[in-house]
Amino acid sequence: MAKTYNAGVKEYRETYWMPDYTPKDTDILACFKITPQPGVPREEAAAAVAAESSTGTWTTVWTDLLTDLDHYKGRAYAIEDVPGDDERFYAFIAYPIDLFEEGSVVNVFTSLVGNVFGFKAVRALRLEDVRFPIAYVMTCNGPPHGIQVERDVMNKYGRPLLGCTIKPKLGLSAKNYGRAVYECLRGGLDFTKDDENVNSQPFMRWRQRFDFVMDAIDKAERETGERKGHYLNVTAPTPEEMYKRAEYAKEIGAPIIMHDYITGGWCANTGLAQWCRDNGVLLHIHRAMHAVIDRHPHHGIHFRVLTKLLRLSGGDHLHTGTVVGKLEGDRQATLGWIDLLRESYIKEDRSRGIFFDQDWGSMPGVFAVASGGIHVWHMPALVTIFGDDAVLQFGGGTLGHPWGNAAGAAANRVALEACVEARNRGVAIEKEGKEVLTAAANSSPELKAAMETWKEIKFEFDTVDKLDVAHK
Amino acid sequence: MSAMQDYRSSLEDVNSRKFETFSYLPAMTPEQIRQQVEYIVGKGWNPAIEHTEPENAFDHYWYMWKLPMFGETDVEAILAEAEACHKAHPNNHVRLIGYDNYAQSQGAAMVVYRGKPV
Repeated sequence: MAKTYNAGVKEYRETYWMPDYTPKDTDILACFKITPQPGVPREEAAAAVAAESSTGTWTTVWTDLLTDLDHYKGRAYAIEDVPGDDERFYAFIAYPIDLFEEGSVVNVFTSLVGNVFGFKAVRALRLEDVRFPIAYVMTCNGPPHGIQVERDVMNKYGRPLLGCTIKPKLGLSAKNYGRAVYECLRGGLDFTKDDENVNSQPFMRWRQRFDFVMDAIDKAERETGERKGHYLNVTAPTPEEMYKRAEYAKEIGAPIIMHDYITGGWCANTGLAQWCRDNGVLLHIHRAMHAVIDRHPHHGIHFRVLTKLLRLSGGDHLHTGTVVGKLEGDRQATLGWIDLLRESYIKEDRSRGIFFDQDWGSMPGVFAVASGGIHVWHMPALVTIFGDDAVLQFGGGTLGHPWGNAAGAAANRVALEACVEARNRGVAIEKEGKEVLTAAANSSPELKAAMETWKEIKFEFDTVDKLDVAHK
Repeated sequence: MSAMQDYRSSLEDVNSRKFETFSYLPAMTPEQIRQQVEYIVGKGWNPAIEHTEPENAFDHYWYMWKLPMFGETDVEAILAEAEACHKAHPNNHVRLIGYDNYAQSQGAAMVVYRGKPV
């Protein structure tokens, strides 16, 4: 039965609120936390979000009738109270898979978090979670290599990997920078890392940095007999420049490069991840700017969504927060998104902020990277929280050792191995961390000095973005 | 605060050469090795023994000591194989591995007898 054209404004809920709809296995599902304008009913606000993030515009247009809008439209299919919050509610929206270009997180998010976030009918809007159907997952390239391949390439088994960001983050010459790298690697770290804002500034152009760092890696490998790497940051002003730097890193034999996926952009990131797969270079992903997007509890995109986005776009490592260090991160929520990075099937678990089952099929897992304000005393907690499939990165906690980087690195390596060894023996290391570290320090003067240096440092600020929990 | 010490490591000193997990700790006691074997068995992983001349420890492939012990859960039997390998190659590193066939990786890998560095 053909429809007739009636110009004018219709209430969104007439078209986009479908409480009887059963989501299909192929639908992309989204959960938004909506703060409606006063007086706007929940169903209308939810339907408005569904409309504006899919096919709708503010008024009926005649060209709507040239297609089957009922096939393409987003559908608001459920509304739930937000625990502990009387003003806001969760809206669940299903999007047919045909709305999106295959293998394009750029396209998916241009719809899901596009114009709708500036939409006047809602005061604030937060994308809490997205379920990517396996049918869509299979169209994405995903991590270039994944955890299993990286362990084999780097020959690291049965423990978390250890890293360190070189500081000061800006201002070192390439040769002095390479010195800092060499000292860390010879002391026992697996990786060192360019700071995110080290790209190719006048004080240190990328080419000299790459050359000196590679020299440091080569020598540290010969000296320690272990495989080493440094995340060479190829984040650049243009994709052409980014690929130029990546090509050179490959040419000199660098095992791993690095990209900032939010400031660098998801188009660049997805392309670089495919290049890394093709060229056998591991890819470390930093997340500068994420807190602008994910920290406010009522507006923006939750980090668990940015996590899924990265796994689809591609990366072998992703920074996840530490729970215990200087940067924001609730423990249960963090456990939720590190599962989303590493596991192949994650079940809905509201106690970890996970709203949907997520099936990744055979897509490789991503190493979780814990970095920021951590030191040897945090090691027992970090090993407990993150398990083995993580890179623990101690920046100040390596370079700030009173005897220098090599001693700082050795202290962290001894602490890490002592914690893993004790954990394997069945020791509750988070509870008995002090005894484990103290015993290990008996044979490591470097660890002993580190424990004396950082004893008192603690970061005990409350998290701003907490999971939603009932208040009455 | 302890007085500053030099970090002793060099190309010349063969003792600087490490061999990955647990090589920054003192050599494990027999009791500690037993507990690591128990961990591997408890995880449901397949134990395996490998060895190499210390100067070739950087290579990906070490020599297999027989085949991995698929399905072996007897801690004594696993320890006996490690010891037999050590007796046959007293100057070599002997490595204990726990193959995790679901992850298609090694869940554990550690040197349980340290060879003589050259």
